[in-house]
Amino acid sequence: MSEFLVLLLTTALVNNVVLVKFLGLCPFLGVSKKLDAAIGMGLATTFVLTLASAASWMLEQWLLQPFGLGYLRIVSFILVIAAAVQFVELAMRKFSPELHQVLGIYLPLITTNCAVLGVALLNVQEGSDFLHALLYGVGSAAGFTLVMAMFAGVRERLELATVPASFAGAPIALVTAGLLSLAFMGFSGLRLD
Amino acid sequence: MLIAVTSLTLIAGCLGLILGFAARRFHVEPPETVSEIEAMLPGSQCGQCGFPGCGGAAAALAEGSAPVTLCPPGGPALARALAEKLGVAADLGAMAEHEPTIATVREEICIGCTKCFKECPTDAIQGAMKQIHSVMKEACTGCGKCADICPTEAVSLVPLPTTLGNWRWRAPACA
Amino acid sequence: MGFRDLMDEVKLRWGVHPAGHKALTSECAIECMPLPERLTLPLAQHIGAPARPVVTPGQRVLRGQLLAEAVGAVSSPVHAPSSGRIVDIGDYPVAHPSGLTAAAIVLKPDGLDEAVDFADCDDPHGLEPAEIARRVAAGGVVGLGGATFPAAVKLGLGRRNPVQTLLLNGGECEPYLTCDDRTMRERPEAVIDGARLMARALGAEAIVIGIERNKPAAMVAMQSAAAAHPEISVRGLPARYPMGSEKQLVHFLTAVEVPAGGLSAEVGVVVHNVGTAAEISRVLRTGEPLTHRAVTVSGAAIARPTNLRVAIGTAVSAVIAHCGGVRRDVARYVMGGPMMGMLLPGTEVPVVKGSSGVLALVADEAGGGEASPCIRCTRCAGVCPIGLLPFEMAARIRAGKSEAAVDIGLKDCIGCGSCAYTCPAKIPLSHYFSFAKGSLAAAERARLKNESIGKLTAARSARLEREAQEKAEAAARRKAEREAAKRDAARAVAAEAAAGRPQDSQVSA
Repeated sequence: MSEFLVLLLTTALVNNVVLVKFLGLCPFLGVSKKLDAAIGMGLATTFVLTLASAASWMLEQWLLQPFGLGYLRIVSFILVIAAAVQFVELAMRKFSPELHQVLGIYLPLITTNCAVLGVALLNVQEGSDFLHALLYGVGSAAGFTLVMAMFAGVRERLELATVPASFAGAPIALVTAGLLSLAFMGFSGLRLD
Repeated sequence: MLIAVTSLTLIAGCLGLILGFAARRFHVEPPETVSEIEAMLPGSQCGQCGFPGCGGAAAALAEGSAPVTLCPPGGPALARALAEKLGVAADLGAMAEHEPTIATVREEICIGCTKCFKECPTDAIQGAMKQIHSVMKEACTGCGKCADICPTEAVSLVPLPTTLGNWRWRAPACA
Repeated sequence: MGFRDLMDEVKLRWGVHPAGHKALTSECAIECMPLPERLTLPLAQHIGAPARPVVTPGQRVLRGQLLAEAVGAVSSPVHAPSSGRIVDIGDYPVAHPSGLTAAAIVLKPDGLDEAVDFADCDDPHGLEPAEIARRVAAGGVVGLGGATFPAAVKLGLGRRNPVQTLLLNGGECEPYLTCDDRTMRERPEAVIDGARLMARALGAEAIVIGIERNKPAAMVAMQSAAAAHPEISVRGLPARYPMGSEKQLVHFLTAVEVPAGGLSAEVGVVVHNVGTAAEISRVLRTGEPLTHRAVTVSGAAIARPTNLRVAIGTAVSAVIAHCGGVRRDVARYVMGGPMMGMLLPGTEVPVVKGSSGVLALVADEAGGGEASPCIRCTRCAGVCPIGLLPFEMAARIRAGKSEAAVDIGLKDCIGCGSCAYTCPAKIPLSHYFSFAKGSLAAAERARLKNESIGKLTAARSARLEREAQEKAEAAARRKAEREAAKRDAARAVAAEAAAGRPQDSQVSA
């Protein structure tokens, strides 16, 4: 049991997809202006990531490996992810129109969110079993959501600050992202066993 | 080659089936955005936005081809509400420059033709044939339709006069 | 300072101690200022609808005569301070930071000071509560502390909410002002009498008079005047700004907090100023309406600072001239106290019912200066009597997010200015809040206008439809008439032609 907890914490904090692996930077910078939208994006990504890591594991184990189709991995994974995103969008429009409105154009962006593809590919690389693959997805997604919420919170405060004109907007956001990344480097010294 | 094509087709087919099923299962009627937006607009059909009345403006707003700041009578408050409704960022900078105006009648050249008050979308102009017309400040939206139609150019738009009722503090100089 | 007083000081976690400057005028008895050349009486000297003039230019009026009547539920009438002739009714500059004009009646006193017959009353305590409120309203009494809310409306609050306690505000926490202090020292009986009358009107059982401890003489005078009345207690308040603010006073003296956006009457307390109490006593006993008030004329620039009893409508310039004029360069003229008073655009504005002070401040006193960036020292949060975060609200307002400032309590801000006073960076915090409140009010006005436009448009389209329908109906009727006439004519012709029986055609006709 503790092994799973360690895995979750490691993927969420120590090997954070955004701030340590630098994956999924597009939504990290694009959807972090408002806290509500950032959390919504994080939750949507969580759903897609979990779904995609499970689906891609099945695809890998039951189709690609048995038939020796390793070269189709990226193409087929993208296909699966795109379908998962589409599915989430349909479901979200039905069950949470508010969230759908908040996420707006950002939802299809998850399709090309490299964090999702990255986690699926890393799962293959690590040779994880199904449960580990799923946990790896959940942990990464939790880390992603956490970082999105943090960064959006910081950016909301940043809006009120008097930033020099040349730094206003994207530059100061990138500086902030760099500082957050530095802070997350601190987790790498953490012993979790 | 064959197996690659087959397997990809198979995957895509399966996913397509799932999505098709989901699309039916989770089907929702498109929201009535246009009529909702039209209800938010003043409804005076003044045409200052360049669209034929508030209905046209609402349609343009719904499909995103018009800025949320298009309605001068609505002012920044409406622009903000529209931006929230449509989920877009409102550039209120353009709005701030637009000072609210109202119509005034220059009594010495008004000929009492009644054209302006037939045109007024809010019945803000009083008057009768061969009598000098006057504008009711509270009801005027500053749309300028009366000024356009006046044959003697007796109607003009002037900035809304500042009174103790609507005066407010200017923003302090930034520190 | 006793132990309890010390505890009070420790307990209070808000407020500032601005330099009092009260010694300038605290020993100056209230003297009567002679009538000026002209009196300018604005129609809106109170919160609520402006009064409606009932006199015409050229008319001669007597002292105490009604010049403008109250309009609506929250309003107050204006009376003539002296006999004379109405010169004009028009727009004149008033005490307002904008420097804009407002409708006013101009009266030229003739020096005879003839009065109308006042209906005096020997035993106002025998009057019905509603009658007390009615007479206070007719006397044009408003809150003399500066808020200028019609006093009678506040006396009627007892009808809606049961009011147990009447608080008399003798805090006078604004620097410089001493007119309430002097009123309490010179007319303690009038204050007590007025308080008892107000308590009767409200149905309040207890009267608590709060006086800041920097006014020991007023405290002694009030205590000895109140000694005969067991329902009245006189309590000392820590001398701290803004102790005289209604919510703070209620909280300190009754330990009950007034809810945000609520009235103190909701918790069974009504607050009146001591000066209002003294005026109510006078209005009820003599029947003479409110036409004069005590004003503190002070500030380092005034040659002879003092307290004056001034006819309402007297120009500030005349008041200052009576006090020997100014002897130094004036940085700022203020009406009211320096913390919450009105910055005057000039001195040709009249003293009104709410003017507790006329101050001519020199540059040292006026403060101000270049603002520097906020370092989040949170001193402003420490002094805010409401417990708001002024630095955060100002930051949000500066970023153009007034709505976000409302989320953290902008609407509860009482505008006391303690934050701006204490700010080491000299950030004009209260200016930010005034600005944001103004823009929110403007947005609200725009929204209301938008709504009313919708109604007007609907009314217009309904009218056009009705007119079209009426026109159509009229046309249809005319057509029917025409056709009927045609048919009749045809029938008559036919009948005549057929048999020549006249009775048929008569029937059909």
